[in-house]
Amino acid sequence: MPSRVGKYTMSLNNKPIILGYAGVVGKKESEGPLGEYYDQSHKDTSLGESSWEKAESRLQTEAVSLALNKAGIEKTDVDCIFAGDLLNQCISSTFGLRSLNIPFLGQYGACSTMAQTLAIASIFTEAGAAKRAVAVTSSHFCSAERQFRFPLEYGGQRTPTAQWTATGSGAAIIGSPTDNQSSKNSQIHVEALTFGRITDFGVKDANNMGAAMAPAAAQTLEDYLNDTGTTPMDYDMILTGDLGYIGSQLMEELLMKDNIDISAVHNDCGIMIYDRNKQDVHAGGSGCGCSGAILCSYIMQQMEAGKLHNVLFLGTGALMSPTSSQQGETIPSVAHLVYLKA
Amino acid sequence: MNVTKEEYKQMADKASPGSTYGKNLFFAFVIGGAICTLGQFLVNLFLQYGNELKDARAWTSIALIGLSAILTALNVYDNIAKYAGAGTIVPITGFANSIVSPAMEFKSEGYIIGMGGKMFVIAGPVLVYSATASIIYGLIIWFFKLY
Repeated sequence: MPSRVGKYTMSLNNKPIILGYAGVVGKKESEGPLGEYYDQSHKDTSLGESSWEKAESRLQTEAVSLALNKAGIEKTDVDCIFAGDLLNQCISSTFGLRSLNIPFLGQYGACSTMAQTLAIASIFTEAGAAKRAVAVTSSHFCSAERQFRFPLEYGGQRTPTAQWTATGSGAAIIGSPTDNQSSKNSQIHVEALTFGRITDFGVKDANNMGAAMAPAAAQTLEDYLNDTGTTPMDYDMILTGDLGYIGSQLMEELLMKDNIDISAVHNDCGIMIYDRNKQDVHAGGSGCGCSGAILCSYIMQQMEAGKLHNVLFLGTGALMSPTSSQQGETIPSVAHLVYLKA
Repeated sequence: MNVTKEEYKQMADKASPGSTYGKNLFFAFVIGGAICTLGQFLVNLFLQYGNELKDARAWTSIALIGLSAILTALNVYDNIAKYAGAGTIVPITGFANSIVSPAMEFKSEGYIIGMGGKMFVIAGPVLVYSATASIIYGLIIWFFKLY
């Protein structure tokens, strides 16, 4: 069973392991700096489907199938799936995964959903409530634009602080290390978790989500470091997803006010996914498919290859809706932390 | 965290770059001006073919609306607008784009609820308030007997 460490952190004593993982992306993402690391890249943004929602659903289907293949297990071996996306009622998850016949629990944490699903799946396997659980998220630029912003062909200008919703999906299969069948080839353990508290520092601009989310990321990281008595230098990487350029800078500044310097080990999925100079993405990438695809491809590959050992993954989510923004509300944000060790 | 909302607002404002007004104004002027020049060229063309000025202007509006609708359908308009900004939004071309783009986008929800229902989702407020403004204008003219 997990044990509480300090006020906000949970230490996982059985240390669930990542059995398999996969990242699937669209064209623009595959042309980014990490293009070679994804398990699958689509050249056609619609994936040949008749709607953007169907295309996004397929990203999830493919990510889960690939992750199951890599784990060497069948879908019938999975006890529970935790899935989320950005669309209303999480339809990418439900429609993408409906044929799997696996007990399903939909999740919404905006761009923090990858950390949220991974954390809950880890607790389920840690507690023995599931032998194997799946965590999966997705986002699609085109389905997000039409829901949150403007039609694709509308001739508007994006502000410099706007982030580009990534087209992608990431899936991870989490297993119990006591399960002999499943512990054969994995090196990545889930060591600890911190669920974040909602912060709201009064940012209203939905085109500046990085600034809205930075305090949430800083707060959760501080909670974790306080609870565990560790420092940023105890980790190879503190990976946020997805603050983008502006949010990342603000998070580092906020932590520096409390004398916590993460600049040497901090990186952000929204910064890593695109080439800022060539890809016209303004403040970087966003969307729960962005952190999902990067964590479940490049990062986990680096961990298995022994190049990264201690990674703090912080999923950050801006919890507004188009309705709340139109009503002039500020943007509440949350960040969840998952400590991965290889 | 040792920071108040006010302090954070200052930090966020400092970290968030504003729009590049010089560049935006330049492209809006050049591209918006080019559209207007094209409009004047069309007016002259229609006049040459024997139309009256009033008719020539109507034909010009129709031509520009048609052209921007086609460019929107060909996925070209938004790529020009990305640089032109107000230069493509303010002329009548922007109005056409604001109707054609949701019509394309929401076709996947069907021709009635999707395309028909959402076609004016961006242009709707413009229509509402321009009609309202013209009524107020008409009332002022009428009350003060300016006609």
